[in-house]
Amino acid sequence: MKFAATIVMMCLLAATGIVIRPLIATEIPEAGRKSGYTFMSPETRAMQDDETSNPGMLWVLDGEKLWKQKPGSAGKACADCHGDASSTMKSVAARYPAWDKSVGRPVNLEQRINLCRVRHQQADPLPYEKHDLLALTAFVAEQSHGMSISPDPAPELEPFLARGRDLFLHRQGQLNLGCTNCHDDNWDKHLAGSAVTQAMANGYPMYRLEWQTLGSLERRLRNCINGMRAQNFDFGAPELVELELYLMSRARGMPIETPAVRP
Amino acid sequence: MAAALINVPKKAKNGDIIEIKTLMSHIMETGYRHTTSGQVVPRDIITSFTCRFEGEEVFRADLFPATAANPFFSFFTVATRSGKFDFEWVGDNGFSETASASITVE
Repeated sequence: MKFAATIVMMCLLAATGIVIRPLIATEIPEAGRKSGYTFMSPETRAMQDDETSNPGMLWVLDGEKLWKQKPGSAGKACADCHGDASSTMKSVAARYPAWDKSVGRPVNLEQRINLCRVRHQQADPLPYEKHDLLALTAFVAEQSHGMSISPDPAPELEPFLARGRDLFLHRQGQLNLGCTNCHDDNWDKHLAGSAVTQAMANGYPMYRLEWQTLGSLERRLRNCINGMRAQNFDFGAPELVELELYLMSRARGMPIETPAVRP
Repeated sequence: MAAALINVPKKAKNGDIIEIKTLMSHIMETGYRHTTSGQVVPRDIITSFTCRFEGEEVFRADLFPATAANPFFSFFTVATRSGKFDFEWVGDNGFSETASASITVE
């Protein structure tokens, strides 16, 4: 009886022009993937493209200075081990988050910098979202500018990648939304006048005009999770790194734009 | 952090119209915002920007709280002779930064 009622209901909806869309989200095929850049106005694109008008370059320049400083008791600068970043750090951001054997987890670029500080410089880890960590991350990531994203192929990453994908697809929060409901199913539409976009993480850390500063991918993810009115994760939480892992595999082949500018 | 990005063409022909672009790092705190405990965040902005060519003023702007962080200027002038552009930003709390760039006019 219940079944018959559902059929009648469906017919009624169809008759009134309401089409029930499948609830299963569809991932965007590789050929249809677009950088957030393509959704921007010509003015914002011009701002990103010109190194002397892209405010993200301020952080890159500061990061270059930090690269040569000796912060810890080991008396070593990043440059003392890694030398010239333009060759040694090239392509690094294109494959992160990467597998770290000693912690047995994937680590993102910020975490890698802090691990390096603790292990090799004997310095305190830099706090998340503060100027120095953003500047160093932006400087390292900028060395891969224009290179294609090619995620770390380590087989150990598979379960973490699967969990990240799961988090992206899973509905959560008071609005009962999954990332996928906007960024796979409705990326070509607008939300409160702004383009929804495909959530391709190819330009972090990036300068957001709304923030009026440079920010990390985790800041952006936390923004979205707040928007869904879901329980948020702390900076550096394993869940956020797993989500980043999935986002990078999703943006495979796309050029790195760091430091990107977004509205 | 105080760093400026300056874009002045290195070379120009006499009579060319040249574009000058500058970006100064600054938070531009409006003075209208409050903390969660209700205290006003004090105003901290750049109030004036000046560009001089060999000591002669070619461009000046006053800035106000509505200006976004890291103010960017783009303006034009005519290249007449080789020399040095001096840029100066002055603001609240004794903020004062300078930068310069040279041009060769053929």
